[in-house]
Amino acid sequence: MTNTAEIIEPREGHREVLESVVVRFAGDSGDGMQLTGSQFTQSTALAGNDLATFPDFPAEIRAPTGTTFGVSAFQINFGARRVMTAGDQPDVLVAMNSAALKVNIGNLRRGGLIILDSGTFKERDLRKAGYDTNPLEDGTLDPYQVVEIDVSKMVVESVKEFGLGTRDALRCKNMWLLGLVYWLYGRDRQPSIDWLNAKFKSKPEVAAANVAALNAGHAYGETVELPGEILGYTVGPAKIDSGLYRNVAGAEALAWGLAAGTQLAELPMFFGSYPITPASSLLHTLARLKQFGITTFQAEDEIAAVCAAIGASYAGQIGVTSSSGPGIALKTEAIGLAIMVELPLVIVNSQRAGPSTGMPTKTEQSDLYQAVYGRNADSPLVVLAANGPGDCFYTAIEAVRLATKFMTPVMLLTDGYIANASEPWMIPDFSSFEKFPVKQHTEAEGFEPYNRDADTLARVWAVPGTPGLQHRVGGIEKDFTSGHISYDADNHQRMTDVRHAKINGVANFIPEQTVDQGEAGGKLAIIGWGSTYGPISRAVSNMREQGKDVAHIHLRHIWPLPRNLGDLLSSYDTVICPEMNNGQLSTVLRAEYLIDVKPLTKVEGMPFKIREIEAAIEAVLGA
Amino acid sequence: MNQQAPIAYKPKDFATDQEVRWCPGCGDYAILKGVQKALADIGTAPENVVFVSGIGCAARFPYYIETYGFHTIHGRAPAVATGVKLANPDLDVWLVSGDGDAMSIGGNHMMHLLRRNIDVNYLIFNNEIYGLTKGQYSPTSRLGTRSPSTPAGSIDAPVSACGLALGAGGRFVARGIDRGQKELPGILQRAHAHKGASFVEILQNCIVYNDGVFDGVVDKSVAGEAQIHVKHGEPLRFGADNAKGLRFNAKAMRLEVVTVGEDGVSEDDIIVHDQTNLALAQMLAAMDRPDFPVAVGVIYDNPADVTYDQAVKAQNESAKADAKITSIDQLLRSGATWQVD
Ligand SMILES: Cc1ncc(C[n+]2csc(CCOP(=O)(O)OP(=O)(O)O)c2C)c(N)n1
Ligand code: SF4
Ligand SMILES: [Mg+2]
Repeated sequence: MTNTAEIIEPREGHREVLESVVVRFAGDSGDGMQLTGSQFTQSTALAGNDLATFPDFPAEIRAPTGTTFGVSAFQINFGARRVMTAGDQPDVLVAMNSAALKVNIGNLRRGGLIILDSGTFKERDLRKAGYDTNPLEDGTLDPYQVVEIDVSKMVVESVKEFGLGTRDALRCKNMWLLGLVYWLYGRDRQPSIDWLNAKFKSKPEVAAANVAALNAGHAYGETVELPGEILGYTVGPAKIDSGLYRNVAGAEALAWGLAAGTQLAELPMFFGSYPITPASSLLHTLARLKQFGITTFQAEDEIAAVCAAIGASYAGQIGVTSSSGPGIALKTEAIGLAIMVELPLVIVNSQRAGPSTGMPTKTEQSDLYQAVYGRNADSPLVVLAANGPGDCFYTAIEAVRLATKFMTPVMLLTDGYIANASEPWMIPDFSSFEKFPVKQHTEAEGFEPYNRDADTLARVWAVPGTPGLQHRVGGIEKDFTSGHISYDADNHQRMTDVRHAKINGVANFIPEQTVDQGEAGGKLAIIGWGSTYGPISRAVSNMREQGKDVAHIHLRHIWPLPRNLGDLLSSYDTVICPEMNNGQLSTVLRAEYLIDVKPLTKVEGMPFKIREIEAAIEAVLGA
Repeated sequence: MNQQAPIAYKPKDFATDQEVRWCPGCGDYAILKGVQKALADIGTAPENVVFVSGIGCAARFPYYIETYGFHTIHGRAPAVATGVKLANPDLDVWLVSGDGDAMSIGGNHMMHLLRRNIDVNYLIFNNEIYGLTKGQYSPTSRLGTRSPSTPAGSIDAPVSACGLALGAGGRFVARGIDRGQKELPGILQRAHAHKGASFVEILQNCIVYNDGVFDGVVDKSVAGEAQIHVKHGEPLRFGADNAKGLRFNAKAMRLEVVTVGEDGVSEDDIIVHDQTNLALAQMLAAMDRPDFPVAVGVIYDNPADVTYDQAVKAQNESAKADAKITSIDQLLRSGATWQVD
């Protein structure tokens, strides 16, 4: 059965034109909010808007329905201009139930629009949501524009003909509301209809019911009375660089980047991991990419995961492991081993709020010290950070390149926000990427396991199975020349120095630091790393439009730092470093350059708001 | 790997130029000899053999074997070896651990290596003590073991290495003795021949910190009564003139030691060793002095149809064969895309 959209043209000429809008869909974790959000994202991208999204999951898998801790949300910011973040404050809140209203109303823009299902405000619902009085009646909603619809009732009505039980019928509620929101922004429903028909191919009645709900919600838009007699909104297409685009989430892009990296290195990859939020999606994605020469291994714990990756590297593959902060902590001893035996290893850390278990589903950037310094002894490695979903692709390739070129572990930092958020991404032409084929050693003449490349100081990679190169490596200090066990004091100094020099030398093989916006030198620079890219970028461009002398610098290479960074930072009167931790990069920069970098910190499990960074700029340069 | 005419190796082909750093008289020397002999007999080219070890006296082993060797970190050898074998299933992978390395800090990895059934050979040098860290008691130390950390004697029950291996799903479990040079290379060869994870516990004397702990089993004067050498298809007999044997007491559901010709016990009452019988293997593995002889030899050998490394390889290959998306360009364009002009 195929279902098509009825053609109901929105009443022309009455739509209000907006530059950009932030919509937040919120409901119970069983209400399909993430699916709804991703459908809306897709249609928004097809409409030519730029956009950014923020999926906000509850920690509980299936919290009791109707409770505040079971509320799941999906926020999207889309516009007729470049969109850098998922938005400081929603303009529109679509609340599937009273609990969703309770959790999300606080951050809604005053005067913003609330679309809610009034069928979920019965006494029992309110009690579960923790409302003492009914917010529909007690004035709570006075500062907002409110559209109350008994969606539950209307959905049941609209899917009656398909013979679903009430429960199943109510599961179409998200599509009903999506249909309404489609109407609100003049969106084409057909791609979602096609998607529903494909998704429920084996259950045609469910597909038909969902499509009917979507259409019914859309049709309802024709009758709904919006405040100010507005008949929907128009958000025009954004000016975006021409090219082929897709939506991509960070975890996906990271997996693809790793697959791309193995192709460029011309070596198979071994990925060892142990499930942990928010890192698991990388394991799930890679498990489906085995055709690219990738073996995935779900180990018994994080230690085994990294150790298996190291074993695979020893045997000649690119070992990769992935976790989040607590798991990275467990891997630490093994990472030290990889540093000592100088094998390539990529360690992905999808950071989350900590310490300890912290807030698994909430984002943070607080593992920078752990990445740069967090091991016993003098044990340097390379640290990279991705600045957004699409950037994960490039950063993963860079991680593979550096790990294999320098025979070193590389820590790649991403975070829960980047991993789950999606953004439109211009698909690169992979054939234009420079290959970096890895040569393993085969020449027995003069071979010693710690022979080094004169330029990179990388040791040779001699893998089992190669005749004549049998040798032993291990965590015990090695003689600089022969690679045999050595407890010699001078030799340990020399080996410590060479490990240090090798990693410092990476700076000669990475690009110099550029200025993302603004000029080198001036009154103020905002330096960031990782997922603060969006809000910093938007805040700086807003301030620059007002004529303020502020620049934006964003690091991909955290360790070693780009070789010109010290001079670059010194060329500003003031440097501010916003980060979602208690000031970690600031400390590193201060230590490295003796520059008084001013931290701007926040650990609320949420990305920075543009406004927060603008305020910090205004505090230095005046409002 | 190239299939060339087999080269005849000698044990000394597997010796390195490294100075061996075990205490004089340590049981590890004998094991080293036994392993070198086994490797020569097996005849795999040294470049296709990898020894992976954890940390401890035993774990120094790879430095003294002229193959590829990886001396890793405490307890984690099974995990590292897993990666080596999965990356290159053609390699012969051996692991060497002490009792502490394998069953204390590395107990989790040991269990999973065995249950996953990765085709490696796992040798545990059980000296019932932490040698390298100077003599603390270990998880296999007998109750009451006095050590620097247990001056009044240990008070926690020891684990049986072979019992643990069987419980974890190990499908090849054997026990050898450091000085049992006649038998050890053969056991190791059997471990190598077994497809899947092979577990060999080797009773090893630590002459410095636990000297003589196995005297009651291995001393010439008692060996005949204290050891039973199990062989598939042969009756489980031991003792002087092989007079004693093991009988199954069905009522009590346990083994008992009997003497053939006494109390009406006939030869037919003696159990014939079946290396594929898990229940029997568990009973044999658990036997200990003084009530029972200690079982030596291949206690259990019951290979599964497929090993984990082969299954991984097969999945990878079929993923390659069935893949609809075969290039990165295709991958990046999979799903919904749109053109911006
Ligand atoms: C993470 C870690 N913890 C502790 C140690 C110290 N340590 C080294 S070997 C060892 C015990 C070794 O005992 P066993 O495995 O029985 O080997 P043996 O020395 O007896 O052969 C310990 C506790 C270490 N090297 N690493
Ligand atoms: S301490 Fe014991 S186990 Fe270690 S080398 Fe000496 S005798 Fe052998
Ligand atoms: Mg020991």
